[in-house]
Amino acid sequence: MNWKFAGDRPLYQQIMALIRGAILRGELPPGGKIPSVRDLAAEAQVNPNTMQRAMTELEREGLLVSGGTSGRTITEDSEILEEMRDGALRELAQECAEKFMVFGITPTQAAQLLLNLEKEREEM
Amino acid sequence: MDCVLRATGLTKRYHGNPALDNLNLELNQGRIIGLLGPNGSGKTTFIKMAAGLLTPTAGELTICGEKIGPASKAMVSYLPDRTCFSKQRKVTELLDFFGDFYQDFDRSRAEQMLTALGIDPGARMRTLSKGTQEKVQLVLTMSRRARLYLLDEPIGGVDPAARDYILNTIINNYDPSATVLISTHLISDVERVLDEFVFLYQGKVIQKGEADAVREETGKSLDELFREVFKCLPNC
Repeated sequence: MNWKFAGDRPLYQQIMALIRGAILRGELPPGGKIPSVRDLAAEAQVNPNTMQRAMTELEREGLLVSGGTSGRTITEDSEILEEMRDGALRELAQECAEKFMVFGITPTQAAQLLLNLEKEREEM
Repeated sequence: MDCVLRATGLTKRYHGNPALDNLNLELNQGRIIGLLGPNGSGKTTFIKMAAGLLTPTAGELTICGEKIGPASKAMVSYLPDRTCFSKQRKVTELLDFFGDFYQDFDRSRAEQMLTALGIDPGARMRTLSKGTQEKVQLVLTMSRRARLYLLDEPIGGVDPAARDYILNTIINNYDPSATVLISTHLISDVERVLDEFVFLYQGKVIQKGEADAVREETGKSLDELFREVFKCLPNC
């Protein structure tokens, strides 16, 4: 995983977003095992307490399942996965809309730009 | 949470000038804490006092309830801001020293870390580069099973790769029953490993808190907050 962090947002939230992203991209498949907090903390070069907090929060969301001594796995519950996917995409759309708004472009205009882009791709 | 270090009204004066001025601080178990402040804010004085190298002019300081003395020193592992070993010594001799001096020294752990670094234990310190000497010292400090680690400027003056190594060593040796206090003014380099921060200025704690809570509340990194707080203060 590409552990890159911005300094101005809580690290645990950024870790959660990175893990959600990896699940969405299929890098971490449903049912797959998650490395230990210690190993992940070392890999991401963050404080183990911060990594622990991110894992606990993801567990609370139901995205990760605690397997006791055998460690955590990614949920196979398709409902939770779908919900997470919707949430992540909505967040992306929100972010995108805000960026367009800075230039005074409404979401409708932005959608038109996206459609144009799609059309150009098709013609290529 | 268990309190590992407690300072109450701690004061140190050098010829009447206060280096620490009625400082109050509590550090809890299992935390990695940044002691942050501009030059001359009292970071090294505080750390040396907790390590038992300086005596306070006034106030009280305890480590796990013990006053500073042999009992506290047995629980505190201290990394000075400069290398302090004789350059004539071989690395193995330093391992022997640490084994003799400290009951909590885990020699096999130190040897493992040295091997991982590719440092020959038979080498004399003077044949090693300055950066490697500093790494040897860090390995020895982190190989004790202490309750409190005091790291004074561990990343000052080392290259970025060595900095990564040092931060990884701190993370890999994390022990929930121990506390790590890191003093530095290179905040952006250490902030991702910190649970908490303490801003020191003119021998006093002027701000402290949880690193992630500050990012959440202010939308700023610790580095940005530090610049903002200390920009407005004189003599920074």
